[in-house]
Amino acid sequence: MAILVNKDTRVICQGLTGTQGTFHSKQAIDYGTKMVCGVTPGKGGLTHLNLPIFNTVIEAKIKTNANASVIYVPAPFAADSILEAIDAEIELVVCITEGIPIIDMLTVSRSLIGSKTRLIGPNCPGVITPGECKIGIMPSHIYSKGKIGIVSRSGTMTYEAVSQITSVGLGQTTCIGIGGDPVIGTNFVDVLELFLSDIETQAIIMIGEIGGNSEEDGATLIKTSKVKKPVVGFVAGVTAPLGRHMGHAGAIVSGNNGRAGDKIEAMLSAGIVVVNNPASLGSTMLALLQR
Amino acid sequence: MNIHEYQAKKLLKKYGVEILRGSVAYTVDEAEQVVRNLGGSSWVIKSQIHAGGRGKGKFKDKENETGGIRVVKSIKEVCDNTKSMLGQILITNQTGVVGKKVNCVYIEEGCDIKRELYLGLMIDRSTSRITVIASKEGGVEIEDVAAINPEKIIKVAIDPAQGFQNYYGRRVAFNLDLEYKQIDTMIKLIGSLYRAFIELDASTIEINPLVVTSTNDIIALDAKINFDNTALFRHHELEELRDESEENLIELEASRYGLNYIKLDGQIGCMVNGAGLAMATMDIIKLYGSKPANFLDVGGGATKEQVIKAFKLILSDPDVKGILINIFGGIMRCDLIAESIIAGAKEVNNIGVPLVIRLEGTNIELGKKIFLQSKLPIVVTTNLADAAEKIVKAVKRYSNGYSCQ
Repeated sequence: MAILVNKDTRVICQGLTGTQGTFHSKQAIDYGTKMVCGVTPGKGGLTHLNLPIFNTVIEAKIKTNANASVIYVPAPFAADSILEAIDAEIELVVCITEGIPIIDMLTVSRSLIGSKTRLIGPNCPGVITPGECKIGIMPSHIYSKGKIGIVSRSGTMTYEAVSQITSVGLGQTTCIGIGGDPVIGTNFVDVLELFLSDIETQAIIMIGEIGGNSEEDGATLIKTSKVKKPVVGFVAGVTAPLGRHMGHAGAIVSGNNGRAGDKIEAMLSAGIVVVNNPASLGSTMLALLQR
Repeated sequence: MNIHEYQAKKLLKKYGVEILRGSVAYTVDEAEQVVRNLGGSSWVIKSQIHAGGRGKGKFKDKENETGGIRVVKSIKEVCDNTKSMLGQILITNQTGVVGKKVNCVYIEEGCDIKRELYLGLMIDRSTSRITVIASKEGGVEIEDVAAINPEKIIKVAIDPAQGFQNYYGRRVAFNLDLEYKQIDTMIKLIGSLYRAFIELDASTIEINPLVVTSTNDIIALDAKINFDNTALFRHHELEELRDESEENLIELEASRYGLNYIKLDGQIGCMVNGAGLAMATMDIIKLYGSKPANFLDVGGGATKEQVIKAFKLILSDPDVKGILINIFGGIMRCDLIAESIIAGAKEVNNIGVPLVIRLEGTNIELGKKIFLQSKLPIVVTTNLADAAEKIVKAVKRYSNGYSCQ
């Protein structure tokens, strides 16, 4: 079953004709993702990577019956692209773009309320259901089909977890990078809820980092949920200094807010097995499932 | 991006925020001129640095003197105090022990304060909305009020679909126990700050304290604005407000090469692709008993030029006694990354400290072979824990006088 995406997901690429859009869409097609078309304003009617190009998302959706969109549009124009996809009622929008102004994201976030759209990202590696559908920039060969759901705020830490889970032979149902920005479309809570109700997903890996309190919210959900599944967690940034943006716009400890220690505490109190060694995510999960 | 108080006040004045008359001075002569132009008999001299807590701060090696904000009553006092502040290092609870150099002071006319309030606008990540934060207790750090008396904090989130509406302002103003005739002024002020926040792409605007004077005026006695760095591309007008002397030179240099570098106080230099993995690498170094000397994210590409620059940045730090490179080759292949690192190491010539590389991902076997053939004294491993353990041990041996070979 997996969550969010599968072999039937039909994907539009907004910004297909750009360097990033071209490179990663080609990889997605090779992986088997059903890429159905691209949207580049002014290039409607042309084809690129053997896919038709449309000027607008609504036209693309009507002509191709797409239900997902991936966005590689540069930061200054990306919020506009997300809003266009929401307006066209695309069910799943994955925005890879890094560096979208926060004020723009406030409008996006407000527009998601009551809409038909779920937004993943921005500033994220994307979503993949191994063997079925890859939407994003992740290196596909480290993934393997299996029973662990993975959710993370960081791209490379997702790869780290995925590679460990693959090497211990467990494999993944779906992996989601929710993004490193302060304002994002989908948070831990949303993804954890989906994983908990997905039959195929037997256990979950949750990778947080300093900044905000979405890890705490996720922990509360795990604590109160009637459905129980083993969860292994890690929080990056125990050694991060106060008040500095650690690479991601959202990775910052401000005052008493967003500290790694508080997140770890909340996760532990929810029964999550939190590892302090990021290299032991895979072995810890394996041991937990064999117990 | 941060700016100075005097710059923030100038910006906010354009939006209708009431401030006191004042001007900036870089020399004692300028300070005297400012005061003569202002007139009156009482002034406040305020150190301009990108950090709060100035009033209670202390100048380095001047323990007996008062802090970074001083009230003065004569031209002589203006000159003497400006002289003792300019060019000196001010240490506050926000600067860290290093402190910040005062390059200019802002001199304002004095005023008669009846009440001190707090007013701030920030982005609340949990609601994805701009939130007005206010408190009857101004002049102290809002985090302290929030920790001790959370019920004294007034929070009002503004729906971006509505924009600022007067009812938001009323909720704040009435809760601050303002007098009836001050309510409208307060509502207008919050509206102005909201407009400034949106138009300037701010990430925080803080007026602390916001004062009510004996003549019942509401005045921004201090002002702080932080801007959202991702939105600077559409604010060329703000570029001239950037004070590079306030920024860390190495970090500034790194950003020019697309590198994200933050200096820390440990011994092991780190070079990692990806922000989350870079933080995790710092954490695992600590777990194995040492401390990271820096945070450094080289991004997904890790090109030869970036690696060379990254090596130079790490080695420019005299505290560095070893380097751990941690690259998860995703889209970027390990063999290409290996070539970049070897070229970087050769260009830097003599690294001089132990170097451990953790490389994993696409084309890893080819990558390892390239390192082997390079004959450089580099330890390569595919396991992160193994890499951390090896560099920590190597640094301990190296610090005890063994060679890095």
